[in-house]
Amino acid sequence: MTTSAVSPPMDRLEPARPSWPDATGHFGVFGGRFVPEALIAALDELTEAYRAMRVDPAFLEEFARLQRDYTGRPSPITEVPRFAEHAGGARVLLKREDLNHTGSHKINNVLGQALLTKRIGKQRVIAETGAGQHGVATATAAALMGLSCTVYMGEEDTRRQALNVARMRLLGAEVIPVTTGSRTLKDAINEAFRDWVTNVETTNYVFGTVAGPHPFPEMVRDFQRVIGDEARAQVLEREGRLPDAVLACVGGGSNAIGVFTAFVPDEGVRLVGLEAGGDGVDTGRHAATITGGTPGVLHGARSYLLQDENGQTIESHSISAGLDYPGVGPEHSHLHDIGRAEYRAVTDAEAMEAFALLCRTEGIIPAIESAHALAGAMELGRELAGRVEDRQALLLVNLSGRGDKDVETASRWFGLGEHGAPTDEDDRAVEAGRGADPGPGLDTDQQPTEGAVSNDQAVAGQDAGGTA
Amino acid sequence: MSLLATTIGAARAEGRAALIAYLPVGYPDVDASIAAMVGAVETGADVIEVGVPYSDPGMDGPVIQQAVDPAVRAGVGMRDVLRAVEAVAAAGAVPVVMSYWNPVERYGVQRFATDLAAAGGAGAITPDLIPEEAGEWLAAAEAADLDRVFLVAPSSTDARLRSTTAACRGFVYAASTMGTTGTRAAVSDTAEALVTRTRAVAPDLSVCVGLGVSNAEQAAEVASFADGVIVGSAYVRQLLDGAGPAGVRALSAQLAEGVRGGMPA
Ligand SMILES: Cc1ncc(COP(=O)(O)O)c(C=O)c1O
Repeated sequence: MTTSAVSPPMDRLEPARPSWPDATGHFGVFGGRFVPEALIAALDELTEAYRAMRVDPAFLEEFARLQRDYTGRPSPITEVPRFAEHAGGARVLLKREDLNHTGSHKINNVLGQALLTKRIGKQRVIAETGAGQHGVATATAAALMGLSCTVYMGEEDTRRQALNVARMRLLGAEVIPVTTGSRTLKDAINEAFRDWVTNVETTNYVFGTVAGPHPFPEMVRDFQRVIGDEARAQVLEREGRLPDAVLACVGGGSNAIGVFTAFVPDEGVRLVGLEAGGDGVDTGRHAATITGGTPGVLHGARSYLLQDENGQTIESHSISAGLDYPGVGPEHSHLHDIGRAEYRAVTDAEAMEAFALLCRTEGIIPAIESAHALAGAMELGRELAGRVEDRQALLLVNLSGRGDKDVETASRWFGLGEHGAPTDEDDRAVEAGRGADPGPGLDTDQQPTEGAVSNDQAVAGQDAGGTA
Repeated sequence: MSLLATTIGAARAEGRAALIAYLPVGYPDVDASIAAMVGAVETGADVIEVGVPYSDPGMDGPVIQQAVDPAVRAGVGMRDVLRAVEAVAAAGAVPVVMSYWNPVERYGVQRFATDLAAAGGAGAITPDLIPEEAGEWLAAAEAADLDRVFLVAPSSTDARLRSTTAACRGFVYAASTMGTTGTRAAVSDTAEALVTRTRAVAPDLSVCVGLGVSNAEQAAEVASFADGVIVGSAYVRQLLDGAGPAGVRALSAQLAEGVRGGMPA
């Protein structure tokens, strides 16, 4: 590795470990444990086992082997110049977590927790899932390691993410639709905790994000930080410099913490978390927890959350099932309060615009979650007019997942295929931009061939595949 | 002075366990829930756990969730809870608030302690607050002379039994089984073992047993080894089934016999 006078960060070879949380899981005033006493013994057991595992060479070797041979790490960095034309002239690099086995960053964490499950001698894992990506990843790891697996998923989400429900079942997991409360991720978490407290002797809870009681926020961060550790080295090697900003979507916050952690000590690098703005933060129908929420206690930790004046959790709203969560991990609340990271809201319509743009300019169908980060990059690039001081701005976006699971939702939004643009079926969605044209088909060079239609007879993009 | 310790001690002096009834404020509505609480008092409950409705009751099973959900949606809040506390105190029993932590934190911990004491409440049971996270509450409760009841569970180590009971005042809530609230066919035999272990580290603190007690027979069984018998889901079941305050009274009368070691005819 070269050293350069202008880039002292290159001297940092070993990834630094943040000084937080403290021994009892506090990130400043956030985090901790707010759970029934019955779970404390299990959380203590996990904490102890994790501390021992983290420094065990046998584990480190096994984990590295799985990440390389099974997940396909390191994930590449892709520059997206045609997309970046819409980002004010900034350069945009994507960290390709969408290329991981199972299609998102969730596998990084799950492999670690599955190994931990075996280490503590339990045979059954449970998980909550929103978009289904964490559920699929958990079902995958369970199949790989011979564990039995139950996934709790809000009934509403089983409908939105039917493809992932089928994937989990194919992988041998039991999927339990949760019909309490808002029938989304928050209620799936409640149900998973109830299962855990009842079956804790045989069962480990594989938590999907950097929220929940200690040790989950710390442990999941440690398993996800590989994203930023790789990306920091990759960007330094390609560019000889660090990015000006690192952007990621924030649901519970695991992919964002994963990509941020390596950069936290690099004070010149802006860390930007994009929350789900739904119909707009001012409409009250959103999932922008830090932007629009207040500190409180939910799901075992103190953090920002969406709550009413009685302390009841407010139901969140987002087109993206994986971001549709009224809480956020405590480390993000801390990074926000100390001013190290900034959090912004991206509406459904802005995210879907970025979604369509990446599909059409780069041939990459992103997860709708990740599209929020792309929209954030478009906005930040424009704000900067593409420049930081005297050079072209360099934005690193964590592409946390691929969009196969979202094809149905996107087709509805854009009125593609069987889905005529919905007009009065859902008024709010229409107002928010559903039914928007994703843009014209890009094939302007087509020459008519025998047996095919000429370009001017070709069906418009949004009508293609109508009855296929 | 601990209202809970005094009441449970008085029951003990009569050679029986105390009957502690849980009912959530706001189901089917605030007034009806208060009427049910008063009904339970008039038919023999010594202590009422005045339940604060919460949107994410992670320790509760389907029965209590079903009752609490409409109360949450109706916007029932701490003001209604304090009104219920006053009514229970006026009816002659000891009210203790049962609340997940966020509603208390949102209301303001100091303000909660002050207002609860003014309403005649004994203190609070906090199912998702462990003593390690309870610094602000312990200080506020001490200043307002309120009881604080934490939970112990079959999975608690002896060290935790010691530290948790040391932070309690009034009584310690022994969760009889590993699981959520709900009626069960039999009282788990882990309950008695937990009570024995708890008494061994905290001989001067009353130990009350909850989770899964639903009829007089089970109440009698628990009363044979615990200082208090906590019944929740069975009461709520009466309301969910539409039996109303009359159903609550009938159940309370049976349970009151149970905690005296008797069986209803
Ligand atoms: C692709 C993708 N990105 C992001 C998220 C949000 O989770 P987190 O904020 O923990 O990264 C999800 C959750 O399901 C997801 O599937």
